[in-house]
Amino acid sequence: MELNLNYEKLNNNHKNELVNDKVYDLIIIGFGPAGINAFLYAKRKGLNVGIITKKIGGQVINTSVVDNYLGTKNINGEALIDQFTEHISEFDTPILENATVTYIKSINNHHEIHLTNGTFYKTRSVIIATGSKPRQLNIPGERDLLGKGVAYCAICDAPLFKGKDVVVAGGGNSAVEAVLDMVKVAKSVTLVHRSELRADKILVDQLYQNSEINIHLKTKILEVVGKDFMTGLKTKSANGESIIPSDGLFIEIGHIPNSDFIKDYLDVNNHGEILVDEKNRTNIKGIFACGDVTQIPYKQIIIAAADGAKAALCVNEYLNKDYIK
Amino acid sequence: MKMFNSEIENQLKEVFSKMVNDVTIALFTKEGECLTCEETRGYMQEVEALNDKIHLKEYDINKNQDLAKAYNVEMVPSIVILNDKEEYLGIKFNGIPAGHEINSFVPAILEVSGNQSAVPENLQSRIDNISKPTNIKVFITLSCPHCPGAVQKAHKLALSNKFIDAEMIEAQTFNDISNKFNVSSVPKIVINDQYELIGDQPIEAFLTEIEKN
Repeated sequence: MELNLNYEKLNNNHKNELVNDKVYDLIIIGFGPAGINAFLYAKRKGLNVGIITKKIGGQVINTSVVDNYLGTKNINGEALIDQFTEHISEFDTPILENATVTYIKSINNHHEIHLTNGTFYKTRSVIIATGSKPRQLNIPGERDLLGKGVAYCAICDAPLFKGKDVVVAGGGNSAVEAVLDMVKVAKSVTLVHRSELRADKILVDQLYQNSEINIHLKTKILEVVGKDFMTGLKTKSANGESIIPSDGLFIEIGHIPNSDFIKDYLDVNNHGEILVDEKNRTNIKGIFACGDVTQIPYKQIIIAAADGAKAALCVNEYLNKDYIK
Repeated sequence: MKMFNSEIENQLKEVFSKMVNDVTIALFTKEGECLTCEETRGYMQEVEALNDKIHLKEYDINKNQDLAKAYNVEMVPSIVILNDKEEYLGIKFNGIPAGHEINSFVPAILEVSGNQSAVPENLQSRIDNISKPTNIKVFITLSCPHCPGAVQKAHKLALSNKFIDAEMIEAQTFNDISNKFNVSSVPKIVINDQYELIGDQPIEAFLTEIEKN
């Protein structure tokens, strides 16, 4: 039997508490690939850095196989994050986990980061790296049948659909990966997507090679049907409306940025993504953003990580050149 | 077959070196039909060997009915973590805590040993106000990276208030009870068999449901 021991987390030697009686050089909000790499670069520059995050690792944790992170082939998402955190384990890492930021207040030359529990932390600069969360279909039945057939984490819930019929909604890499995960356990797997597949060819090829997978493209899901438990989906295609009987629906239709807490303070686009310039600057001086929470296109682990590095370098430059004490 | 390779064994030894007091793992199995009892027994024997402060005691759910009742053990395999006085603090794992769930099992041993993390002050008073027997079930799968977080929070609540009893339930092994509670997404948290939460929710969300009791 497999063991997924998270040694870095269990052996938190290097971890210490974030304190609220000092002013940090930088506080990073969010600790997925963007935040972790921002931390690495900021520490190497000698900055005094604190971290506030809900969870360590971000969405990568939900990925069963990552095969496009340069230098690391065919690794599961959590193992990749373990490698990241192992890399930074030599540094003193003041981190506050399970924390939710409610707002940021900028006073003179520093920023206060306020949390749901009423406490706040002070810093000269901020990097927002809060990433994104799964997008919902926003159709009737989706919310009511959440946990009653409707699911968002294929690797978590796949074992519960052994011998059952499931549908995966979406046409990107995450959707195709979910289909390939589910087909190992489910009785039948159907992919439903409103347009054409946009996943990488290498994944789409695997999809079409497996004759057990049903594919419905140019098909819109109108409703999740069921009372106490989902029984199927109402869909619409060029052939009209129909019902696909199904015990489960895995929704993998992309992501929305985790920017709700800040979108009244910072400029965001109509998707809610924080607008940054080429140096990761937002419209508020001293507040930077990077990774999936920003308008930078192509949400990929390696892009988010690289953007985190860039943001930390920009912060360092800002503190050295532009920051007025 | 051994669960731990030498790397994991050394890592766990280091983590368990932070134990404060002794801990007893009370393992309940039964003779006959039990798919994962043997594997769980082997696993727990390996855990016991990692640190002198860890003691394994094996029981049979049918032959040790009184004890099973005292610890509210209803299925096998079931692992109850007891403190140095062999007192039950409301910490239980139903099913093998392998896969990702080793990440809630190891902290449970550390916490029961006395190496405890603090609960945020503003939550402690809400926890202290719970004065009715409260059962928290956390349904998990072994492939779920978010599940140990939910199990740890449930166990933390149990350690913080003697009225709270918190148990992990491995959903695949205990198919019947999972079906009874319509488990199709994990972690699924069920409070007093009545109030439900999906996902690795913050302690505040647990408390809001418990306070409905």
